Amino acid sequence: MELILVNIIDGLVTGLLLFMLSAGLTLIFSMMGVLNFAHASFYMLGAYFAYQISIALGFWMGLLIAPIIVGVLGAGVERYGLRRVHQYGHVPELIFTFGLALLIEELVQFIWGKNQMPFNIPEVLNYTAFSVAGNSIPAYKIFMIFISVGIFMGLLYVLTKTRVGMIIQAALSYPRTVESLGHNVPLIFMGVFGVGTALAGVAGVIAGPVLGTFPGMAFVLGSIVFVTIVIGGLGSLWGALVASLLIGWLTTFAKSYNLAMSDIFNAIGISTPENMDDNIFRDLWTVTSPQIADILPYILMVMILIFRPAGLLGKRES
Amino acid sequence: MKKFMKLSAVSALSLVIGASAAFAENIKIAFIDPLSGPFASTGTNGLHQFEFAVDQMVNDKGGVLGGTNMEIVAFDNKISPKESLIQLQVAIDQGIRYIAQGNSSGVANAITEAVNKHNRRNPDNRVLFLNYAAVDPALTNDKCNFWHFRFDANADIKMDALTDVMVAIDDMKKVYIIGQDYSFGKAVAAAAVKNLSAKRNDVEIVGNELHPIGKVKDFTPYSRKIIASGADAVITGNWGTDMVGLGKSLIESGYDGPIYTYYAAGSGITAALGESAKGRIRLISQGDINPIGSDEARATYTAFKAKHPDGNIDQSRIFNVIGMLAKAIEGAGTADDVVAVAGQLEGMEYDSMWGGKLFMRPQDHQIIQNMNVGVHTNEGIEFDYDNSGFGVLTESTVEMASMDSPTTCEMKRP
Repeated sequence: MELILVNIIDGLVTGLLLFMLSAGLTLIFSMMGVLNFAHASFYMLGAYFAYQISIALGFWMGLLIAPIIVGVLGAGVERYGLRRVHQYGHVPELIFTFGLALLIEELVQFIWGKNQMPFNIPEVLNYTAFSVAGNSIPAYKIFMIFISVGIFMGLLYVLTKTRVGMIIQAALSYPRTVESLGHNVPLIFMGVFGVGTALAGVAGVIAGPVLGTFPGMAFVLGSIVFVTIVIGGLGSLWGALVASLLIGWLTTFAKSYNLAMSDIFNAIGISTPENMDDNIFRDLWTVTSPQIADILPYILMVMILIFRPAGLLGKRES
Repeated sequence: MKKFMKLSAVSALSLVIGASAAFAENIKIAFIDPLSGPFASTGTNGLHQFEFAVDQMVNDKGGVLGGTNMEIVAFDNKISPKESLIQLQVAIDQGIRYIAQGNSSGVANAITEAVNKHNRRNPDNRVLFLNYAAVDPALTNDKCNFWHFRFDANADIKMDALTDVMVAIDDMKKVYIIGQDYSFGKAVAAAAVKNLSAKRNDVEIVGNELHPIGKVKDFTPYSRKIIASGADAVITGNWGTDMVGLGKSLIESGYDGPIYTYYAAGSGITAALGESAKGRIRLISQGDINPIGSDEARATYTAFKAKHPDGNIDQSRIFNVIGMLAKAIEGAGTADDVVAVAGQLEGMEYDSMWGGKLFMRPQDHQIIQNMNVGVHTNEGIEFDYDNSGFGVLTESTVEMASMDSPTTCEMKRP
């Protein structure tokens, strides 16, 4: 029973981290129609920049400065890269971001090498906040939860309650009208891209010490971010939150309980075959939940695409 | 910028060296291992050790066969068996006779099969497979062949030595086994179960589980399960980022027992584990680093650090591969006739500078050597890993481990 509580907390941490990545991506997509393949690479850059800054100025300055650098880089990519490619259509844009992702990975390996960096949790937070039945919950995880929730609140406030947010929302659906009202829509695009990548940078800074700062970190997280925004509904902030938490809990629970497929079959009344060796469903019978935990989000995505193509909270018809 | 300048200077220099070296008929060794992707660091560090070993042990001493140099040619297999076979073909087409590979037994299984087939069909340009780290026992048992030589102890030998140390701990009652889901992880798990139940029948195995290799973002759920099982000890064969992820998350999640590993050192792992894992992580390996095996080894390690300040000699067996290959080529008097070279390697006894004697068992081409169990610590460390101050200190040694272990190998000789 205690394990359930622990898993809820762990799943929440995973989910919120995923949310910070998918929030930026979903905003960028809904505004510009660009699937930014390099989004997870900005997450990686955040971790590496923060590691480098933390050597000189400590973790907290890293947390402050690294996302800003990443955001500025992101804005630069939009201004001088994507905007030029945009006129040639969506496919060149896709290829551009894809190439950018490869380029960033190579650059990171070139500068920092291929080893995992010793980017560690700051001393102040390196203690056990509390433990549940022998399972410690590190203070750093609590800190991660607070940072992510804070960012979600801030984002929600800016987007729904401020003038800037309203212009952004208007530019999402009617860019030409907003432009003819005298607003600088390209500037808004650049800003959103910058903020979106900066969010990915923040995620990288706080995830680097726990999930490891290594050149493969973008690759491991890359595809799952796209799955999240598809499940949540493209362009929906709430959708991204719901989908991230769903995926976080789904994978955490699937991994921490050894639920075997044979138990499920037995429970619904199908008995285990006597001779497993020549049974054509042998693989299906012997599979356990931790083994399929990582493909569960993809199964969920396929289901969503079949039964609710717009995503859980998506509004778009197309 | 300074680093960039240095790097470009080095790469320009290596181009020049590469170009001039191409004129002499070097003995080429194809190094087929991951140089990109999640396990790039493990592969690259192995490559550096090979290149250094070739220069230090052979080329700087005048080469073999009266002046022929050795050369490492690197191929990136992205840890995929399919890609490895393509790279193997490229290497063979370039006239390379010696194939070195180590990371992932899945890849090694594919290569040994392909080499066997190739040698049967092309008796004129046969190749040898020098396996320096793939430890699936099948490679020197059911799947053994004359062309494959393993310079690392296999998973069974390692587990035998590791469990010898574990069973001496009286209050160890529950053991959890976790590993990567492929042939090696399964071999480790099987060996652990077999050895533990044979040596201590009061020890309960409370978990035996495999996770996807190189795909787990966060090991926390696994750690929770391990803690919930009440395990006193954890055994894992994990390597690369999977080892760091598992080790860190276990310790952060409040697990307080020892973790017995195969590969929890070097390639950034030692630095990433750092202080938190001190005295908690033990690993089985060969070669004496702390304390160092010999003065020659000390000089070699110091020279290696001068050349690769960020590198480690975390696979000292790579130096044994080169040393033994050079000795075999000298003994055979040729590098082109790999059957003669293989004949020399079979049954070879070799004094390693890393301490101890090495014996290449002729019946299955499995090397037999002393196995050490060491602990991750920062006390008594002369050569640390990852410049972290932490390293592996040898705690106990099993002499010529599993010298008489049985093998199912039925080797067909040409």
